[in-house]
Amino acid sequence: MQNRTEPVIIVKNMVKKFGDFVANDNLNFEVYQGEIFGFLGANGAGKTTAIRILCGLSSPTSGKMRVAGYDVYHQAELIKQNIGYMSQKFSLYEDLTVYENIRFYGSIYKMKTSERKARTEEMLKKLGLTAYENRRIGDLPLGWKQKLAFSIAILHNPKIVFLDEPTGGVDPITRRQFWNLIYEAVEKGITVFVTTHYMDEAEYCDRVSIMAEGKIVALDTPINLKKSYNASNMDEVFLKIAR
Amino acid sequence: MNRFRAFLKKEFYHIFRDPRTLIILFGIPIAQLLLFGYVMTNEIRDVKIAIVDHSRDDLSKRLTQKILSSGFFKLATVPASEDDYERLFKSNKIKEIIIIENDFAFHLINKGKAEIQVIADASDPNTAQLLVNYTTAIANDFVKDEFLKGQNPPGINIKSRMLFNENLRDAYNFIPGLIAVILMLISAMMTAITIAREKETGTMEVLLASPLKPIQIILGKVTPYMILSIINALMILVIGIFIFKVPVIGSLALLLGEILLYIFLALTLGIMISTFVSTQLTALAISGFALMLPSILLSGFIFPIKNMPVPLQYLANLMPPRWFVEINRTVMLKGGGLDVVWPNTLILLGMSVLFILISIKKFKIRLQ
Amino acid sequence: MIEIKNIHKQYGETVALQKINLAINKGELFGLIGPDGAGKSSLMRILMSLYLPDQGTATMSGFDVVKDYRKIRQITGYMPGKFSLYPDLTVEENLNFFAAVFGTTIQENYYLIKEIYTQIEPFKNRRASKLSGGMKQKLALCCALIHKPEILILDEPTTGVDAVSRKEFWEMLKRLKSLDITILVSTPYMDEASLCDRIALMQQGNILAVDTPRALTASFAEDLWIVSSNEIYATARILEKLPSIISVNSFGQALHLVTRKDEYTGESIQRFLSDNSEINTTIEKSGATIEDVFILLMNDQNAKSN
Repeated sequence: MQNRTEPVIIVKNMVKKFGDFVANDNLNFEVYQGEIFGFLGANGAGKTTAIRILCGLSSPTSGKMRVAGYDVYHQAELIKQNIGYMSQKFSLYEDLTVYENIRFYGSIYKMKTSERKARTEEMLKKLGLTAYENRRIGDLPLGWKQKLAFSIAILHNPKIVFLDEPTGGVDPITRRQFWNLIYEAVEKGITVFVTTHYMDEAEYCDRVSIMAEGKIVALDTPINLKKSYNASNMDEVFLKIAR
Repeated sequence: MNRFRAFLKKEFYHIFRDPRTLIILFGIPIAQLLLFGYVMTNEIRDVKIAIVDHSRDDLSKRLTQKILSSGFFKLATVPASEDDYERLFKSNKIKEIIIIENDFAFHLINKGKAEIQVIADASDPNTAQLLVNYTTAIANDFVKDEFLKGQNPPGINIKSRMLFNENLRDAYNFIPGLIAVILMLISAMMTAITIAREKETGTMEVLLASPLKPIQIILGKVTPYMILSIINALMILVIGIFIFKVPVIGSLALLLGEILLYIFLALTLGIMISTFVSTQLTALAISGFALMLPSILLSGFIFPIKNMPVPLQYLANLMPPRWFVEINRTVMLKGGGLDVVWPNTLILLGMSVLFILISIKKFKIRLQ
Repeated sequence: MIEIKNIHKQYGETVALQKINLAINKGELFGLIGPDGAGKSSLMRILMSLYLPDQGTATMSGFDVVKDYRKIRQITGYMPGKFSLYPDLTVEENLNFFAAVFGTTIQENYYLIKEIYTQIEPFKNRRASKLSGGMKQKLALCCALIHKPEILILDEPTTGVDAVSRKEFWEMLKRLKSLDITILVSTPYMDEASLCDRIALMQQGNILAVDTPRALTASFAEDLWIVSSNEIYATARILEKLPSIISVNSFGQALHLVTRKDEYTGESIQRFLSDNSEINTTIEKSGATIEDVFILLMNDQNAKSN
């Protein structure tokens, strides 16, 4: 599961300031290939800011960061080509069909048509959506949308996929199906960087980092965190740290 | 390049799947083209005039005949006396009086020069200028036709007088029109937008779920804009009167009363629009296209309504600004009183009541 | 206090509420638990008289939601789904506005909101748009409480808010119970269900079950096993092959395996596992959580509709 000799994300002394306000205060961590890395923290702790920098969407104030082997300052475009991204707020275009969405994202990531077609067929079969290829996304139930969005995010086999609260509002069964998809992706060698408000999902991660007020205040496996904070589950750990 | 093409394709999908975008992309330019095309015309037709023929001889009668058969002018009335002229203008019965002097034929044939007096209603300076030009052209044509032979055909001297706006000041024209346009903008558009905003952000839901009665919500929304509109109207008047020297010949009290009525109407129109829309953008679009453009194009502010094709004239008659601009001009520049403008006032009042009734019916006490 | 009889609501083809029946008692802290699309918001809006039901009747404190909407709007406090206060007004200005709209002042009912308000009071001159998610929730709750409502209707007040703020919010709700206010809350978070007096589990317009959290978990009809191992995912794949199992789902770092009552023993399952893999596993029987109950009922429901 983890290949400790190959970090796919390296963050050294990352700082991001907005005027006087320090959103990210000297962050240091590494994420290894094939890991499920949970990135937790209260709203306003600085999570979204950090993720945007790692995705190449925003420039840091200072620090050394490498994502998927590329430098965040000078090679942001290469980073974007080698990662996938999915968030709860937006996943797919509602007025385009399943097929049109896939084709669009496929070409963004420069997939060869033959490759894209093969993977699409495979993916739709696995999700049971082959019959819905020409349905508009807006007509699909939420659970299907989220699973589809994730699958499309990894269609081009990125090294890392960033997931921002991907399972919000979804029923318990679909949530778990979603995480099964994540496990399968990890088996294929994709590294998963995920944020979530569901504390039981934190337990699915290999390692978890918790941010508070711009700093990382804890980073370890869920088991070790529970031991250190004398907690029986991640919910208690979080409450003890974040209060 | 493939990426770019894919993105382009997606954008076209979005556009063609959204009916509203299509309306804006194609419907509105076509509408505007037609509107502007028909509205912007320098031709006149069937303008109501009076002709006073002091000569009543052969030539003067033939001149009268030519004027009235040109298609440009229509005989509306015969003035009882000179004292009647002003009343006729004030009450908008005529736009021009052509006065043919005594011994017209005699002067033309024997003296080589005859005189015609043209008094035009210059409260609308653009139209007035046009009318005088057309009259002059007809007169000159007449002379050429009547005196085909002769090397030195006689001439008709046109003495023109621009009533209510001697120097053809543009400000006389645009101040009354501007009041109409600006008040419509502030009162109607802003009211529509602010109510739509509550709906859009979700706060309307909380308001409705409270004991606040809908009438309280509406009044609360409308009152600030009413106050602001009154201040704005006064500001425009003051600037118009003192800087642009536009006169207020008629009753100032009447003028202010009419302005208040117009503001009220614009507010009710804004409320009515807000009951039909759910987002600020839609409110803006409807107010912009359905209100601003007609306020400017179809109110008689810039382009005379009489010159537009009949269907557009009917359309203009549905626009509140058209009636209000006429009131303004009549009261400010011509000194007309309520006895003249009462039909317009009644129409504005009627429209307000209509808008209120529709708003009451459509204002939802629930979310759907 | 709240009576819901045969309420049916449809949006075009989609049925949001399927002939719902529910009764909520005075002073209860009642939870509507279910994912998006369950119908929670639709039901709450009908109770708030903001939507009209297609069929059925409902009363709030004896007042009919269709006919007596004016009275209902006087006696309820409402927090709709997304944050619905005025972003360009400050905390204090928002509160003053809502107090005035309900014909009261902040001072008059301050004791009601005191505990909550003191947490945001340091920010009272900050514009509402510049508050964090947790603070916005607290402010919205204050605005809903300020006029001493008989009934509080809160539509997903903790969604999208971090775990700490969520916990604080529920603690505040519990304290409100002592003031005899009836509270109806909806949430997609199953773990919050246990904090309510009674809950209704909802899914796609249907009520799957109504009871106290404890009674619901006690009534779990089948056997539940907690299976731990170092390779959860792989273990789950194997357990799926166990004959006639009902479900296996990951719960944190363990699996919840549900089998038909008394069909298997711990040992027999353990044997099956060791026969089919090398992975070290431990297995113990356990009581169910609300989420387990929900999943079981969901599976029943899906089986019925297929």
